[in-house]
Amino acid sequence: MIELSLKQLSSQLAGRKISSVELTQLYLDRIQQLNPEINAYITLNHALALAQAKAADQRIANNEASPLTGIPFAQKDIFCAKGWRTTCGSKMLENFIAPYDAHVIGKFNQAGAINLGKTNMDEFAMGSSNETSYFGKVQNPWDRTRVPGGSSGGTAAAVAARLCAAATGTDTGGSIRQPAALCGISGLKPTYGVVSRYGMIAFASSLDQAGPMGRSAEDLALMMNVMAGFDERDSTSLQREAEDYTRSLAQPLQGLRIGLPKEFFGEGLGADVGKAVEEAINQYKKLGATVVEISLPNSKLSVPAYYVLAPAEASSNLSRFDGVRYGYRAAEYSDLADMYEKTRAQGFGAEVKRRIMIGTYVLSHGYYDAYYLKAQKIRRLIAQDFVEAYKHCDVIMGPTSPSTAFKLGEKGDDPVQMYLSDIYTIAVNLAGLPGMSIPCGFGANNMPVGLQIIGNYFDEARMLNVAHQYQLATDWHQRAPQGI
Amino acid sequence: MWRTSISWRPTGINARHRGFEMTWEIVIGLEVHAQLSTNSKIFCGASTAFGAEPNTQADAVSLALPGVLPVLNKGAVERAIKFGLATGAHIAPKSVFARKNYFYPDLPKGYQISQMDLPVVGKGTLTIQVPAVGKLPAYEKVVGLTRAHLEEDAGKSLHEDFHGMTGIDLNRAGTPLLEIVSEPDMRSAAEAIAYAKTLHTLVQWIGICDGNMQEGSFRCDVNVSVRKPGAPFGTRREIKNLNSFKFMQQAIDYEVQWQIDTLENGGKIQQATVLFNPDTGETRTMRTKEDAHDYRYFPDPDLLPLEISEAWKNEIRATMPELPQTKQQRYVAEMGLSAYDASLLTSSKAMADFFEAAATGADAKQCANWIIGEVSAQLNRDSLDIDKCPISPQQLNGMLKRIADGTISNSGAKEVFRTMWAEGGEADAIIEAKGLKQVSDTGALEKIVDEIIAANADKVAEYRSGKDKLFGFFVGLAMKASKGKANPAQMNDILKKKLLE
Amino acid sequence: MSLTSDDVKKVARLARLAMTETEIQAAHAQMTGIFGLIEDMQAINTDGIEPMSHAQDLAQRLREDAVTETDQRELFQSVAPQVEKGLYLVPQVIE
Repeated sequence: MIELSLKQLSSQLAGRKISSVELTQLYLDRIQQLNPEINAYITLNHALALAQAKAADQRIANNEASPLTGIPFAQKDIFCAKGWRTTCGSKMLENFIAPYDAHVIGKFNQAGAINLGKTNMDEFAMGSSNETSYFGKVQNPWDRTRVPGGSSGGTAAAVAARLCAAATGTDTGGSIRQPAALCGISGLKPTYGVVSRYGMIAFASSLDQAGPMGRSAEDLALMMNVMAGFDERDSTSLQREAEDYTRSLAQPLQGLRIGLPKEFFGEGLGADVGKAVEEAINQYKKLGATVVEISLPNSKLSVPAYYVLAPAEASSNLSRFDGVRYGYRAAEYSDLADMYEKTRAQGFGAEVKRRIMIGTYVLSHGYYDAYYLKAQKIRRLIAQDFVEAYKHCDVIMGPTSPSTAFKLGEKGDDPVQMYLSDIYTIAVNLAGLPGMSIPCGFGANNMPVGLQIIGNYFDEARMLNVAHQYQLATDWHQRAPQGI
Repeated sequence: MWRTSISWRPTGINARHRGFEMTWEIVIGLEVHAQLSTNSKIFCGASTAFGAEPNTQADAVSLALPGVLPVLNKGAVERAIKFGLATGAHIAPKSVFARKNYFYPDLPKGYQISQMDLPVVGKGTLTIQVPAVGKLPAYEKVVGLTRAHLEEDAGKSLHEDFHGMTGIDLNRAGTPLLEIVSEPDMRSAAEAIAYAKTLHTLVQWIGICDGNMQEGSFRCDVNVSVRKPGAPFGTRREIKNLNSFKFMQQAIDYEVQWQIDTLENGGKIQQATVLFNPDTGETRTMRTKEDAHDYRYFPDPDLLPLEISEAWKNEIRATMPELPQTKQQRYVAEMGLSAYDASLLTSSKAMADFFEAAATGADAKQCANWIIGEVSAQLNRDSLDIDKCPISPQQLNGMLKRIADGTISNSGAKEVFRTMWAEGGEADAIIEAKGLKQVSDTGALEKIVDEIIAANADKVAEYRSGKDKLFGFFVGLAMKASKGKANPAQMNDILKKKLLE
Repeated sequence: MSLTSDDVKKVARLARLAMTETEIQAAHAQMTGIFGLIEDMQAINTDGIEPMSHAQDLAQRLREDAVTETDQRELFQSVAPQVEKGLYLVPQVIE
């Protein structure tokens, strides 16, 4: 049962082979057994999950089911879910019970999907290893001594360990794609504005985008059908007609032009990762695609530009955590200023504070033009690189991450090394393009490697088609870690 | 917001403050926060109604709960456009919302959404009528507007004692404001107040702000500096949050005196924000924050650029009422009123509406005199606004017509007015009931005059020998004989004629 | 531009983060490293390039001016650190 796709689960439920309550209980049992070590979930609520399952069974009995009705999902703990503790991986929100539903949560609820629990994540989504979570490290199910990636590390580990059918993530600089790659699953970051950010706790507003993480492109397409769509509560939500993301899954890839950015295959790329990606490209050639070399000349500046823009926005977005209306407040303080400073010093972890400091500095008087404005200009150059590239290709492919999953604690003391692990993913966020990662083999230490597929704006259905055709021809996405 | 282009008039009326004419010139600019009269807040659907129980109008967005996002209120933008149209200002086809970052308990997000580099309304002007002071005559002045931008209001801190803590009410947080910034064009407290009053009238006139100063709907920050005439601008101090014109006058007077005393005693002015204490009539410096004014403005990534099309502007323009300044010009040109009277009659839309309704088919100048005189005096005595006037413009118009057609004399009109005010009723009915109709029957009046002449032959002789002053004596007798009902003009004519016969 | 530990102190104060002297020193070292990375930007000429604030070049959508929210004070204040008589309490604010 735990190896079934969403489509298969749906038909099992429809055919009354299993009830949603039974399926939910099955996952809750697995979580109980495995989560104490893997630590993929921060918060579980059996009562809420089983109540949803019961309602879903009723809905199925009434023949009112939609494709995801009754299927157990997990939600990244960045989404506010009414009545659920919503921590964003931070001590700051350790006891915060969200009083409302994020748009994404509301959409899953409407679809009759089950929320098994809230998944672990880097604090306020700042991190690439899930090690900045206040609620502890997450183990990579493929090797429990290694990181699952981040910031959606809990989601990636939960999907890989079969602790849910699929789950949600968010991606500001690679936080869906990188953990998907490191945990051997599939993940999609849609075009900025396709999924509403309402109720998703902001990290860097102009870059944040929610997306699905699951075991196959087909699963992601079904989730996109639920998650995507206009929401009037988010000013950056795009007013577009609803689309069926499964519509072109079956299309053959004959004539597909794949752009390979030369900057993604040079210095810094692990040989094992490079080899797996190369083999994947060969597979695509067999499926009828042609390959063209392209250049994204400014992509090397994406990390510097990102580490100005994202912290700047974050420093402002995180100012609301001041101990006044909700969240943590320091136990002792002498006056108002002291209350603010102690609350924030104690409530935020080291990485979050570091980024708040960087962001505050680059926006402060006298530095704005040299850093913030400069980074915004470079952001445009990076976006223009893609516009130029798409004149010559339909999709862009390359590695998702320069290496496979590293050891827990390995990059703990060196933020710069950590930041560079997002070197291939960040440009996509800066441009606002859709990007995904699918498993394409194994590298050193038998750890999964991810293939990144970058599409043009609103080309999600095409990308899912490209990924699905690959997954029909290969079985990397069906591999499961041992011992789970 | 202090640009160098200013237009100050190098005449005596610019620098007039107590004893230091020609010694120090006062320079004043205003920043006014007008609360826009929308139903809902600027970035969310919470109510803006005043006076609700604390925090009952603080929704998820007002509270800055994690994950919430702003969406701009069309009504707030419409009001900003109206203001731009009313002041002949540039309305930006594209403007940008920025975050102003600072920590304060009444600022839930830790930043205020405002506009910085690209405000919705750019340069405009406001024409003000500065009233006469002492021997100095009233005059007109054009004040430059630097900009007006949309932003959100903060909540309120309540300092009553909660065991040594402050209470925060966020009902007001997110209420739309238009911050209207003037050039430093004012040269006296009188000009500053005339500007503030004119602006106060205008925002209510065009229906964008309720103007309620007690409730904080119209708050003035006054930037004051002094300099020797012709010298560069002095260092300014900003008096925050003045919510009455009386306090503004007191605060400016005190602040100017303080700055001059400081400079004349060899001191220097430090740029500062000061608060006015209405109890002492003094200003005092606010506690300065060491990190003040590093607001780290940057474009709000949650909000896209605001675009305003020509078509939208035209649509709004078509709904705009005739503006006070246009009315003033019309009253002067077409009705022969003085500029100052015209400005009084356009001190509110209700006043102008009253005047125009009352003046229909009547003598406009006479109507103006009645409204500025008797009507305003009575309203003042009864502490009423014109829209609560117990006499309707139609009633007043009825009375004016009876004055014009000679049915009643001025003294009769005063009696009609008093009765109308106290008891209501139409002029004709009051005239009838009180027998106020004046006698205009020539025969009857001639008879009275003949009798007087006959009975006062000696005085008539004196008058005819050149003692003109006696005319009044005859008028008195004639009015008495007619029991006050004689048409005075007619009676005068008949008297003159008969006395000279 | 080289970052001084005074800059770090000032930034910590602006960001309302209490930091010990040791933490300031550590932050200084790390931030210097990160700015080493960021400085790479300065090598590129961006004259005449329009800064990019948003992923899409679109205009702000406007809401109709209607009250859509109801009073949820009780729910919202159930997660507050300290409230009394419907107000959020904070240490005395002195102006």
